[in-house]
Amino acid sequence: MTPPPHSVVILGATSAIARAIATRYAKQGHALIIAARDADEAGYIAADLRIRHAVEATALAWDAEDFDSHAAFVEACVNALGDNLGGVVLCSGYMDDQEHPQSDPQSARRTFDVNLTGPVSTLNLFANHFEERGAGFIAAISSVAGDRGRQSNYIYGAAKAGLSAYLEGLRNRLYHAAVHVVTIKPGFVDTKMTWGEVPFAASPGDAARAILNAIEKKKNVVYVPWFWRYIMLIIRHIPEWQFKRMRM
Amino acid sequence: MTEPVNTQILSGWGRFPRQECHVYRPEKRLSVGRILGDTSQPDYIARGLGRSYGDPALNEGGGVISFQRLDRILEFDEETGIVCCEAGVTFPDLLETFLPRGFFIPVMPGTKFITIGGAIANDVHGKNHHTDGSFGHALISFEMLLASGEIAACSREENADLFWATVGGIGLTGIVLTARFRLQRVESAYIVVDYQKTKDLDGVLSAINEDDEKYQYSVAWIDCLARGKKLGRAVLMRGNHASANSLPSSHADPFAMKDKFKPTVPFDLPRVLINPLSMGAFNKLFYALSSGKEGKLVDCDSYFFPLDAIQDWNRGYGKRGFVQYQVTVPLTERQGLVELLESVSNSGRASFLAVLKKFGPGNDGLLSHPFEGYTLTMDFAVNDTLPEFLRGLDAITLNHGGRLYLAKDAVMTPETFNAMYPRRGEFLAIKNRVDPENRLSSSLARRVGLAPSRPNS
Repeated sequence: MTPPPHSVVILGATSAIARAIATRYAKQGHALIIAARDADEAGYIAADLRIRHAVEATALAWDAEDFDSHAAFVEACVNALGDNLGGVVLCSGYMDDQEHPQSDPQSARRTFDVNLTGPVSTLNLFANHFEERGAGFIAAISSVAGDRGRQSNYIYGAAKAGLSAYLEGLRNRLYHAAVHVVTIKPGFVDTKMTWGEVPFAASPGDAARAILNAIEKKKNVVYVPWFWRYIMLIIRHIPEWQFKRMRM
Repeated sequence: MTEPVNTQILSGWGRFPRQECHVYRPEKRLSVGRILGDTSQPDYIARGLGRSYGDPALNEGGGVISFQRLDRILEFDEETGIVCCEAGVTFPDLLETFLPRGFFIPVMPGTKFITIGGAIANDVHGKNHHTDGSFGHALISFEMLLASGEIAACSREENADLFWATVGGIGLTGIVLTARFRLQRVESAYIVVDYQKTKDLDGVLSAINEDDEKYQYSVAWIDCLARGKKLGRAVLMRGNHASANSLPSSHADPFAMKDKFKPTVPFDLPRVLINPLSMGAFNKLFYALSSGKEGKLVDCDSYFFPLDAIQDWNRGYGKRGFVQYQVTVPLTERQGLVELLESVSNSGRASFLAVLKKFGPGNDGLLSHPFEGYTLTMDFAVNDTLPEFLRGLDAITLNHGGRLYLAKDAVMTPETFNAMYPRRGEFLAIKNRVDPENRLSSSLARRVGLAPSRPNS
């Protein structure tokens, strides 16, 4: 008999991409921990996965900004799933209108805590656990916004750039423990963040397919949809003297 | 934090009218309350998959709250078949999840691409209305966000008046967040169908009245271009769910359906193709090719949604779109059907689809459409003379005590509406109580006088 598929923890599980990722895992029979700040929403999503896909799905409260709770949270995940805990997918993100974090220190701090420091605090604990076990994966949604700071969202971009650099280092560290780390950089995906902002966007389902594929194939850095790799390649190569004059 | 909004040109399935609306698409349940409480829009209407034909899910210049992302199934009881889910859950979601477990949707309209919210708001009916009633019959309770921001639990026992104002109330009493309803148990994904051809209207009506109760599902397709002695000739398609042991051995899994090729209409058909000649040919062909076969095993998709097999079939009526005209007249008003059919066949305005069905008794929904009588549904391509033609049909309908179905309507006047829906006053009294400022409104509501027109427009 084949062993049951490993379980996966989804952090920041209420976003549209996170829900699509959870759905794909559930369709493959993986048990899930649906972790989000909004415990009610996490509960709705977990119930939906249980009923539609007949998998175990448990809702847990996880707040990126509540640093003191992270150790207990990770311990709860490890206790619940034990060696069956196969990996973690971090999907939390927070993007305020650029004007707010520019002038409001609370908004700036929140942008960094939800996108960078909270995830670092939590992923460190999972990383230690996986490293000790010599198995597991960590996938995290960063952003193309972290590839180059632009006037329209550079505070969010700075946090995501920090997350990307963190994941690079973590990948390097955990490689030696056979634990794989995937950096996911979505371009425009049809979510709350892009609703009404962009004329075209990939569906969350398509994004989730690409993300699961990247995790399975142990890719390092993946752009979603794939062509954003080339868009960002061009954007990164615009000389700074030129870039600073542009409006984007 | 403000909820993101997207300004879009929307239409119903008939693609007429098309209007600019400010569309919100919440992904969390609490966001709905934030949106409804945001006074930057004059008013709001909820929208599901946009399959109502005219303007009930449009709100020109106002807010539209799309439920596409609020589609979580929350509870299911395998013993009773009772489901609790969010209003954005679709019928395909339910079929995919529950048909393999032996449960079927209690009421299937002519398309499956609808949401639970839409099913309640339009109190949809299907081919089993004469046996099972409309969706309101299977509905047990729902939780609804009111304009005040309160959430009201509604059922036949609790807030019963609000319950019956909301069943068929086209979204104007509040925003249904979650609903609880009963699925029906079935043994297979197949329907055993008897086909029967009738020579004329009397033929089809007497067949319906003779033995409709032998079938859970019954519908007649009418050749609406046939005239004179052939007026109202039809193909009756009636069936029951196939039991598991009646299936041939080739159907090892009674709930498995073959994946079928789905043709699409990839562009708007040129209007020249929608003419009496082509439609006449289509109607004649359908009648001629139909056999009187009995006991044919048909998968439920093909039986319930023949048109869903052609994706985007609404483009077949050309760029200007079409109006679906569904009218119900009392059982005693056979003459009304004759006059309507004569009027259509004499006009040469053909319809791909004309269906006739006998409804069972209606329910207590104040604006619910079905009542005991015959319902006739036809499609007409939009052109400059269509509104005048439809006024003529409206007059025949009114004259025979009939009424139009709001889910299909795009052109009815307030006077016609008032005459057709006698419980309108009771409905408005409840709406005024729960939504005195008309925070819930729609293009249809303003068109037929269920909500006042806006001060500055």
